[in-house]
Amino acid sequence: MAVRMDLTVGPIAFFWDAERVREFYRGLAKAPVARVVIGEWVCSKRLPFWRHEIPDAIAALQQAGKEVALSTLALITLVRERKDTAELLDMGLPVEVNDLSALYHIPEGTPFQVGPMVNVYNEGTLQWLAQRGATRISLPPELPLASVAALAEAGRKAGVAVEVWGHGRVPLAISGRCYHARLHGRSKDSCQFVCGDDPDGRDVDTLDGQKFLTVNGVQTLGRTVTTAARQIGELEAAGVASLRLSPHIGDFAGVARAWAQALAGDREALLPALDRLLPDAIFSDGFLAGRAGASMGEAVA
Amino acid sequence: MMELVCPAGTPTALRAAVEAGAHTVYCGFADESNARNFPGLNFSRAELAEAAAFAHARGAHVYVAINTFPRAGAQQIWHRAIADAETCGADAVILADLGLLAYAAERHPKLRRHLSVQAAAANPDAINLYASAFGVKRVVLPRVLSVQEITAINREIDVETEVFVFGGLCVMAEGRCSLSSYATGLSPNMNGVCSPASHVDYRDQGDTQEARLGGFLIHKTPKGGVSPYPTLCKGHFVSPDHKGNAIDGHLFEDPVSLDATELIPQLQKAGVKALKIEGRQRSRAYVAQVVRAFRAAVEALEADQPMPAGLLRQLTEGQAATTGAYRKTWR
Amino acid sequence: MLTGDMFAQSLQSVSGPLPALVRRLPAPPLPPALLSAAFTWLLGSALRRHPGVLARMGEAANARFLLDATDAPTLLLLHPSARRLSALPRRAAPPAHDAAIHGSLGAFLAMLHGAIDGDALFFSGALAIGGDTGAVLALRNALDDAEIDLAAELAALAPPAAPLLRLAVRGLERHTGLLLARPTTAALR
Repeated sequence: MAVRMDLTVGPIAFFWDAERVREFYRGLAKAPVARVVIGEWVCSKRLPFWRHEIPDAIAALQQAGKEVALSTLALITLVRERKDTAELLDMGLPVEVNDLSALYHIPEGTPFQVGPMVNVYNEGTLQWLAQRGATRISLPPELPLASVAALAEAGRKAGVAVEVWGHGRVPLAISGRCYHARLHGRSKDSCQFVCGDDPDGRDVDTLDGQKFLTVNGVQTLGRTVTTAARQIGELEAAGVASLRLSPHIGDFAGVARAWAQALAGDREALLPALDRLLPDAIFSDGFLAGRAGASMGEAVA
Repeated sequence: MMELVCPAGTPTALRAAVEAGAHTVYCGFADESNARNFPGLNFSRAELAEAAAFAHARGAHVYVAINTFPRAGAQQIWHRAIADAETCGADAVILADLGLLAYAAERHPKLRRHLSVQAAAANPDAINLYASAFGVKRVVLPRVLSVQEITAINREIDVETEVFVFGGLCVMAEGRCSLSSYATGLSPNMNGVCSPASHVDYRDQGDTQEARLGGFLIHKTPKGGVSPYPTLCKGHFVSPDHKGNAIDGHLFEDPVSLDATELIPQLQKAGVKALKIEGRQRSRAYVAQVVRAFRAAVEALEADQPMPAGLLRQLTEGQAATTGAYRKTWR
Repeated sequence: MLTGDMFAQSLQSVSGPLPALVRRLPAPPLPPALLSAAFTWLLGSALRRHPGVLARMGEAANARFLLDATDAPTLLLLHPSARRLSALPRRAAPPAHDAAIHGSLGAFLAMLHGAIDGDALFFSGALAIGGDTGAVLALRNALDDAEIDLAAELAALAPPAAPLLRLAVRGLERHTGLLLARPTTAALR
């Protein structure tokens, strides 16, 4: 059953300074996106540097008619982090759970959202989360189209909006160890915030020079920009409610506009437009096609 | 005595583990329902039933790992695995998926449920959530935690904890890693494999040998020497910065293995109930040797003797061992 | 580090050295065709005695494995589902195959008998793999589970293959200096 899909902007993965964050959300207020998820989902050490930007960003986005949700961390281990998570719930906005332990603090009956870092692979899991209070689930990026379709159908039956990764370097792994710090011979505790040097992440290549991965603090991302640009029709037909655009440096508002235009009708123009906006990007869509995520293949019929 | 939970990839390895002194062996069915779905490995239903009988006759337990995430549209494969594990006499099933935990709790309430390391329950809130929602009785803790953190966790939970002490080390949060499917299309969560052999290519390049995964170069070593399996996160990579410098090395993890033998007394003090040995993909010879050594260790602990050290160095991949995250300096 | 010396030592303890007297006897030459027939017979017998091997290998049983024991006079080509084990002369171009394993005869026997851990053998470079890695893994896992003992397989073999193979085995033993029996059940001949 086809529905008109809309766009969600996911939380910023990288360590951007307060000014860049401010500019980003100011620009986003005018962008043709339906909802924005804000929050630090990678490393709690970064929060003190930009959390004061959050209230203004929320206000601007809500004023522009966008739905706003707050993201939890993707890996919650410290006592301080558990406390922060509990406090997130008191801010009066829907919470996007990216570490399942956050659910412990959400009373039964309180609605919540589920982010792409939570393992929702099948109908049973979706149904359990739905009856627990989930209203929206952003699926893990590695899922193939067949699974996405089955989950979108299960979501339709359970009253849960199902979202799919649409654009951006895809999160592949998270760790207790900080690989960014390690590159500089430091540990997570004494990192000196080196991840701030790489606002789109730090490149990792193979020994023979092939572009491979991206390091972002404790998170490892793909190097390619994973895109759903060639599967829009199939996703719509499957009943997917929205696509997630993950923030990167560059003209992100331009990216959002190109996507909105594509969803409104002109699908063929999207990839060329994205290519122009992001000339250094390599695009891939292997996951949806059921192949290696780094590959770019034929669109699935 | 601390419970020794030992891997069994084949019926022969299971018998070897039990005879070497394992209190418990854990294994999986020969399909994608578990996270060691490798060619030629694991148990048919008949083999599992026979193995459980063998183990029980010698006072040992059998846990069945059904710890991948069921595929949408094919959940019945995992549901049947749970039913069959119960019929075969499993003492517990080791699960990770929310939906599967709910199913098992509802349809097989008498079958003991353990939480797999694949559930990545890294703090007491997560563990208490799983305990209250699904009645899990034990959690296998992620390898990213230090002894202090494990101690703190045990203070806040009621369920038992099981901790890895030997074998291959996963440096990313387990059950939350798509590195393998990014390079090959196959992942631990979906297919029960990581860096699958089907996508491995060893190539001789004159005086070096290259090991690739999904076409990506993971290792380059001198010919005739040590030739590690191209597990993605253990690869040798290069990271250039914006200033023209590049750092090369094992950027994510050196190909070493976990050996936390020395820390066993501390783990016991931290309240840990069971020690887990990784290695269902390892041979009978490996399993027998490792289990014997660790049985000696837990008996030494029981008798207040010092831990034997270095016995197992020859077997650890890359022939260097680490105590992993258990000592906090690792981060 | 699993050094060459350590490896040689552990192999000695696994497959003991041949008595000096026997080593001085010349190795009898055997034509590859005859050898292949005998080996195939041996394989068929072993697979009948260990039916789990083919089952456990699954799809991988259809692969052809080139077994290149570098200190043995010929190459072996193993095709499990066809129950065929051929001896082939070493030529410039190897025979068609899906997977290849290279190493010393001692390393091969260690793998067959499960005496030394497979990962240790492969990582140390004692055995090198080419081609279908998954098939090699399936073979290794199936052999590990089967607990094969070459001496027992030979003893179980009926004539005419048995005397022929015993002759071939004698030749191999003299050539390499190793007793070809599984460590826990080694019988003196």
